[in-house]
Amino acid sequence: MAKSALLKSSIAKKYWMALTGLFLCLFLAGHLAGNLQLIFSDAKHFNDYALFMTTNPAVKILSYLTYVSILFHAIDGIMLTIQNKAARPVGYAKTDGSSSSLASRNMAVLGTIILVFIVTHMVNFWAKMHFDKNMPLVVKEMNNGMMAQKLAVGTKDSPNPMFNVDEKGSISDKILNDIKTQSQGQYDLYKKDVVTIVNKKDGEVIFIGQKDLHKITVAFFKDAKTGLLATILYVLAMGALAFHLWHGFQSAFQSLGINNKFTPAIKGFGKLFAIVVPILFAIIPIIIHFKK
Amino acid sequence: MSAAKNINITLKIWRQKDSKAKGQLETYKLDNVSTASSFLEMLDQLNEQLVSERKEPIAFDHDCREGICGMCSLYINGRAHGPDTGITTCQLHMRMFKDGDTIYVEPWRSRAFPVIKDLVVDRSAFDRIQQAGGFVSVNTSGRTMDANAIPIPKTDADKSFEAAACIGCGACVATCKNGSAMLFVGAKVSQYALLPQGKVEATQRVLNMVRQMDEEGFGNCTNTGACEIECPKGISLENIARMNREYLKASMK
Ligand code: HEM
Ligand code: SF4
Ligand code: FES
Repeated sequence: MAKSALLKSSIAKKYWMALTGLFLCLFLAGHLAGNLQLIFSDAKHFNDYALFMTTNPAVKILSYLTYVSILFHAIDGIMLTIQNKAARPVGYAKTDGSSSSLASRNMAVLGTIILVFIVTHMVNFWAKMHFDKNMPLVVKEMNNGMMAQKLAVGTKDSPNPMFNVDEKGSISDKILNDIKTQSQGQYDLYKKDVVTIVNKKDGEVIFIGQKDLHKITVAFFKDAKTGLLATILYVLAMGALAFHLWHGFQSAFQSLGINNKFTPAIKGFGKLFAIVVPILFAIIPIIIHFKK
Repeated sequence: MSAAKNINITLKIWRQKDSKAKGQLETYKLDNVSTASSFLEMLDQLNEQLVSERKEPIAFDHDCREGICGMCSLYINGRAHGPDTGITTCQLHMRMFKDGDTIYVEPWRSRAFPVIKDLVVDRSAFDRIQQAGGFVSVNTSGRTMDANAIPIPKTDADKSFEAAACIGCGACVATCKNGSAMLFVGAKVSQYALLPQGKVEATQRVLNMVRQMDEEGFGNCTNTGACEIECPKGISLENIARMNREYLKASMK
């Protein structure tokens, strides 16, 4: 009886809401640190970071935990909200509302906005990074040897490179495929998270290319037609997140039964977190969109 | 304090013949209401007017009329127990209203508190929660022990006493957007959890009371805090947190 209570009762559902919610707050902090490299660091560092995030096994485990948390938090949250609506079948003709905050009364609406945002965000970036065959590539490492020079970089000195990179080092996927055919099987091309070109004769790695997430992110928010709209929607979603956290952060501690002398500090930190984190997220697309 | 005067008001009051009827808001005009009268006296005055017009008087709950029994239960102008803080409806006075005001009076709204008639709701769900665990099985009659035989820290005794101040009025449920009874149950659980006499049955108490609370159809707490603000007895959210801790402890056992 006690064990099943830990899954089904109203209080237990709240423990799970709180635990997943707080885990997602940690995720937000990590994700933010990564994103900030878009404006405070260069493309190379950002792409290295993106590659690390898609390949590192520890990160993999964390990312699965994040997916599960979002799913569980959203499903549990919607179930709780449906039950809560059912608990008052006939509403009041007049309500005052002064005894609770706007954010606390609209957690489900705010959460749903966040969920829609997360899904579109994943389609726009995560899915491209993971599944898009036409994801642009960029040089990660290059062997110093002549062959690599000739292969990779079109300069004045080697007027006939086998493929070209632009000034930022981006290589189109098509060119990479051309290499394989044009080199008549001299080079092998491996593609998974990174693209590796290996000389078949001696197994020497000539070139490693990685996916250029930086490029598609910048292009997404700079797009002449949709960039401004994307930026505005992103900022609005961060507004919803701010309100969700404004109530949610401290609420999670109360749900877990933590209400003691530290509560004022928790509340203060929660409000700071609720303001600073969404603002820092939001300035990134704004800067990308309006820069140059 | 300014002298009492008479005001004229318009009332929009929920009328419902019985638990099965649909019910609707009816509008009443009431003149010459003394600002020195209490809200319930104003309703008495309205009922006299209705009776003299050979109309059915309005049914509403009340008993002690001094803020201790928890019977009165009106949702007035969008707030449980009306526009004052720290009071029950019977302690609300007409000086809180102005001449010409329109006042909405509705019953507590909760699936677990069905309307019986007009403004009267059935709050026996609270009784059943209480019966599920809100007691100690120690014999407290007859060979009574000396009150100081079991030392209890002052802070615990105070907190337990504060929790025990809950009069079971149901304002917390009425005001909560989720119709949650967590403040009531939190107070009842805390009252015992803080005292050595309550420790014996602590595990079963919290599990049983919460199970009963869920079965009655109350909503889930989302920590909006409205209950704490509207509670006439100032029951703190700390009691809900304490219940959440007690519940976690009990579920692990
Ligand atoms: C990064 C994203 C998110 C974070 C950091 C987050 C964080 C939180 C936190 C800390 C709470 C408080 C938990 C508690 O009171 O115990 C909460 C509550 C809630 N969240 Fe989220 N959340 C996120 C996304 C979502 C999504 C996608 C939904 C989808 C519907 C959602 C729906 C809710 C609801 C309905 C509540 C109130 C539940 C309740 O108090 O019973 N949240 N969230
Ligand atoms: S907790 Fe307060 S509002 Fe709720 S039943 Fe007890 S006295 Fe009434
Ligand atoms: S009538 Fe007893 S508390 Fe109001």
